[in-house]
Amino acid sequence: MKTNLFDEVKLGLQQQSISRRGFLKLSGITGGGFVLAATLPSFADELGTLVGSAELNTFVQLSSDGTITIYSARPDMGQGVKTSLPMIVAEEMGAKWDDVFVLQSEVGEEYGGQWVGGSNSIAASFNMMRQMGASAREMLIGAAAETLELPREEFSTNNSEVIHESGRRFTFGQLASLAIKQPLPDEDSLTFKDAEDYTIIGTSVSGVDNLVITTGLAMFGIDTEVPDMLYGAYHKCPAIGGSVVSANLAEIKALPGVKDAFVIEGNGRVDQLMPGIGIIGDSTWAVFNAKQKLKVNWDESNASKDSWRDLVKTASGLKDKRGRNMVVNKGSVDAQFDKKSNKVVEGFYTYPFVAHFCMEPMNCTASYVAGKAGEKDSIEIWVPTQNPASVGPTVAGLYGLENDRIEVHVTRLGGGFGRRFSNEFVCESVELSKRVKRPVKLTWTREDDIRHDYYRVGGFQALKGAINKKGKLVAWDQHFIGMRKDGRAVSGSRFSRNEFPLPNLINARGTSTMLDIATPCGPWRAPGANTHAFVVQSFIHELAHLAGRDHLEFLLEVMGKRQWLNPGNIRSLNTGRAIDVTTLAAKQAGWGKKLPAGRGLGLAFHFSHAAHIAEVAEVSVDKNKKLTVHRVTVAVDVGPIINRSGALSQVKGSIIDGLSTMVGQEITMEAGRIEQSNLHDYPVLRIPAAPEVDVHFIESDNPPTGLGEPGLPPLAPAVGNAIFAATGHRVRTMPLSKEGYSV
Amino acid sequence: MSKYTLSINGESREVEAEPDMPLLWVLRDRLGLVGAKYGCGKGLCGACTVHLDGNPVRSCTLRVADVGDAAVISIEGLATGNGLHPLQEAWIEHDVAQCGYCQTGQIMSAAALLANNPTPNDDDIDAAMAGNYCRCGTYIRIRAAIHSAAKNTQSSVGQPGRSVVSHWVPAQTMEERS
Ligand code: FES
Ligand code: FES
Repeated sequence: MKTNLFDEVKLGLQQQSISRRGFLKLSGITGGGFVLAATLPSFADELGTLVGSAELNTFVQLSSDGTITIYSARPDMGQGVKTSLPMIVAEEMGAKWDDVFVLQSEVGEEYGGQWVGGSNSIAASFNMMRQMGASAREMLIGAAAETLELPREEFSTNNSEVIHESGRRFTFGQLASLAIKQPLPDEDSLTFKDAEDYTIIGTSVSGVDNLVITTGLAMFGIDTEVPDMLYGAYHKCPAIGGSVVSANLAEIKALPGVKDAFVIEGNGRVDQLMPGIGIIGDSTWAVFNAKQKLKVNWDESNASKDSWRDLVKTASGLKDKRGRNMVVNKGSVDAQFDKKSNKVVEGFYTYPFVAHFCMEPMNCTASYVAGKAGEKDSIEIWVPTQNPASVGPTVAGLYGLENDRIEVHVTRLGGGFGRRFSNEFVCESVELSKRVKRPVKLTWTREDDIRHDYYRVGGFQALKGAINKKGKLVAWDQHFIGMRKDGRAVSGSRFSRNEFPLPNLINARGTSTMLDIATPCGPWRAPGANTHAFVVQSFIHELAHLAGRDHLEFLLEVMGKRQWLNPGNIRSLNTGRAIDVTTLAAKQAGWGKKLPAGRGLGLAFHFSHAAHIAEVAEVSVDKNKKLTVHRVTVAVDVGPIINRSGALSQVKGSIIDGLSTMVGQEITMEAGRIEQSNLHDYPVLRIPAAPEVDVHFIESDNPPTGLGEPGLPPLAPAVGNAIFAATGHRVRTMPLSKEGYSV
Repeated sequence: MSKYTLSINGESREVEAEPDMPLLWVLRDRLGLVGAKYGCGKGLCGACTVHLDGNPVRSCTLRVADVGDAAVISIEGLATGNGLHPLQEAWIEHDVAQCGYCQTGQIMSAAALLANNPTPNDDDIDAAMAGNYCRCGTYIRIRAAIHSAAKNTQSSVGQPGRSVVSHWVPAQTMEERS
C-alpha cells in the first residue's frame, strides 16, 4: 500500500506547483521545505503589499499563523543555496528556522541575479538577503511599537517574536496584518546583526528539500509531467558539427511506441539548435530504443576533426619551447637558469578533457503553442538550468518572439557543475514540441550527455624552475599550452599573470600557446583552477624536493610575506590567509609524522573563487600501484560559514569528486568523435574508495563566499604529492590510470 | 503492446507496455512513480534501484516481461504506516543529499542491505553500495547515515511508526554532522 504520508506529501507538492505564488501553509512538518496543504489567509489579497516594496515582498511573506515563506530565487543543484540563502533572511528577521518554509521562485528581474555558478551565490546575495530580512524585521517592530504606543527602539526580534524591553511580546503571526501596513524602511536606515548574535547563520541545518528528496518526491527536470505530453529524443552527429544527409526514418517510425521521426535542420549553433533527428514517442523508452536503431548518413565536411592524440603530439613538440604570447616576464629568469651553481628541474604536465556527468542527464520539457487569431505564438518551458534568465531570450531569439511570450519554470537540478549554463537542450525540446504541436519532454541518453558535453578542457604545461645554493626558488618559467575555439580561449584555458606563484616571485616568466579545437568546452567545477592547481602545486613540490627541503616550509617561503596582493578585492590572493590555511592543514594532518614505507603525506594549496584552501592527503601505494587515500585534511578560509552542514558537505563532496576525476576520467576524441559514452569507459569513484575527510574552517573576517568549487583544485596535487612521498614517483599526467594507478 | 499486472508497492497495477520496456520506464512514464531515476540505462550507476522480492535490482535493465508476479517496491513504497523508513530519517538527520538525484537509489540499496544485515560494518556497506554512483560525492555521509539507521532499526523494533513531526531536525539541536 502506498502510505498516507506519500499521498499527503504528493498532494502538497501538486498544490505548490499549481499555486506557486499563492499562500501556502505548512502543516505537520517543521523546518520548512515543502507544503502539505494550501490555505489562503484572509489577507491574502494584501500580500502583494506585505512589505510595501517590490524587492521585499518578492522574498518574504508572513501569514497570521506565523508561517514565514521565503523565496529562493537561485536554483539548487546540490550546492545548497535553497537552504543557505533563506537562512540569511531568517537570521536578520529574527525568525525561528522551524517557522520558515522555502519555495523556489519564478524567473524574474525582481529577484536580482538568478544564475548559479562560480561559487558566487553567497558572495553576491548575502547583502540582499540581509536587507530582505532586516526590512521585514523593521516592519514587524513598527507594527508592535504602534500597537503598544512605545518607541520602536525599545523592541527587538527573536525566535519569531517581537519583544519589548518590558518583556511584553507578540508573535510574528499576531503582527502579520499590521506589519503589512507599515511603511517600507529606507534601505540606508537598515542595520544588521552582529555576528556574535547569530542564532541561525553558522549552525547546521538539514537541507530544506531533504524530505522530498528522500521520499522520491523531489521534482527534477527529468520528472516533469504536463498534460498531453509526449516524449522526445534528439540525435546529433557524433562528430560535433555534422549535418544529416539521410536517415532510416520510415523504419524508425514503425517501431513500437514511436509517433514521429524527422530531420531538423537547425541553425548550426552548438549552443542552440544543431542539425539532427528528432524522435517522438509515447515513453522515454520508445524513443531511446528507436534512437539505438537509427541509421544516419552524416555530412561531416563541417564537423570537428579534433584528435586528442594529435593534440598530445603537437604539445609535446612544444615542451622545450617558449610560448609566443608573453603573459608575464620579470626579473632575470634565463640568467638564473644559466648560473652554474643553480639546480634546475623541468616538468611537462598533461591533463585531459573531462565530462560533467551530472547525475541527471540534460533534459527539458517544452510546450510550443501556436498563437490563435492573430496572437503571437507562446512557449512554456520547464528546465533544470543554472542560468534561468538566459532561457527566455535565447528561445525568443530563435523563434522571432518577444521575451514575454516565453514562460520559464526552473526545477531542481540533478547536478550542475557548470554544465547547465547552455540552452541547446532547451532549444531542441522547443523545436520538438513545435513540430508535433504538443508538449514534449526531451531526455538525453547518458551517451548523448557524454558525447555532446561542453567539456572541461584538457591541456599541457611545461615548467622549468631553478633553485640556488641556499635552496631558494630563484627562477620560474611556465609555458601554458591551452585551447582556443573560433579564435578565443575556451573556458578554463586562460593563463593569468596573477596565477600563483607568478606574482610572488622576482624572476618569473609565463608564456602561452593556444591550440585550435572545435570541441565545445565550458565551465567545469572550478574552471582553470582545477588544472592549474595540479600543475603548480605539484611542481612546487618538485622544486622543494630538488632543494632538499621540507615541502611545507618551502611552500610558505614561496608565498612570501603576509600581504593582500590587491587589497579590498576578495578575488585576489591574500598570502596571510594562504599561510594560515596551509599551516593549519599541515598541523591537523600531523605533517612530519613518521609513516610506514609506501605511505606518504602530500600537501597543496590553491586560491580560487575568493577561497583560500589547503589540503593534505595521506596515501598508501601498494606494489600493484593500487592507491588507498586514507584521509584528506582540509583547512578553508571562506569567511563566516552560513550553513555548517552544507559547507562541510560541499568540501567533502569536492574532495571525492576531485579524486574521482583524477583517478580515471578522461575524454578523448578522434576524427571529432568523443570516444567515451557511459560508465563502462568513463570510470567514477565508488564508495569503497571514499577517504575520510577532516575539515577545519578559519572563519575570518573575509566576506562570506561560496564553497561549491574551491575545495576541488588542491586535491589532485595533494594526492600526487603524497604518491611521490610514498613512492618517489612523480605523477605528471592525469588521470592516474594513465600511469598505471588504480584505487 | 502487452498487458501486465504488476505488484507495485503492495498494490496491483495494470500496465500496457512493450515486453522489452525496462521496469524503470514503466514506473516513471506509465505509472507516474518518478522516484527511481535514469542515470546510465546500463545497470552501472544504481540511480534506478528498486526492490524485487526484497532484492535490490537495477530497474533500467529489467524488462517488464521478466518482472512476473515479483513484488516491486520503489522508493515511494519504502515508508510504511505513518512514518518514514529509518534510512529516510537518517538521511535527513545527516543531511546526506546534495543535488539529491542519486539518493533514492542509494536509499533503496541501503534498505536492502539493512533488511539482510541489520548491523553492517563499513566493509559490508561498501560492498552493498559500490554500485551506486554519486557525482556530488556524498559517500561519507551515506556511510554515517546507514550506521545510524542501523542503530535506530535495532532500537525501534516493535515501536509504532513515529509521527512525521519527529523526522525533522531543528537547526538548534542539529549537531555538527560528519
Ligand atoms: S540507470 Fe539503472 S543503473 Fe544507471
Ligand atoms: S547527491 Fe548528487 S549525485 Fe548524489
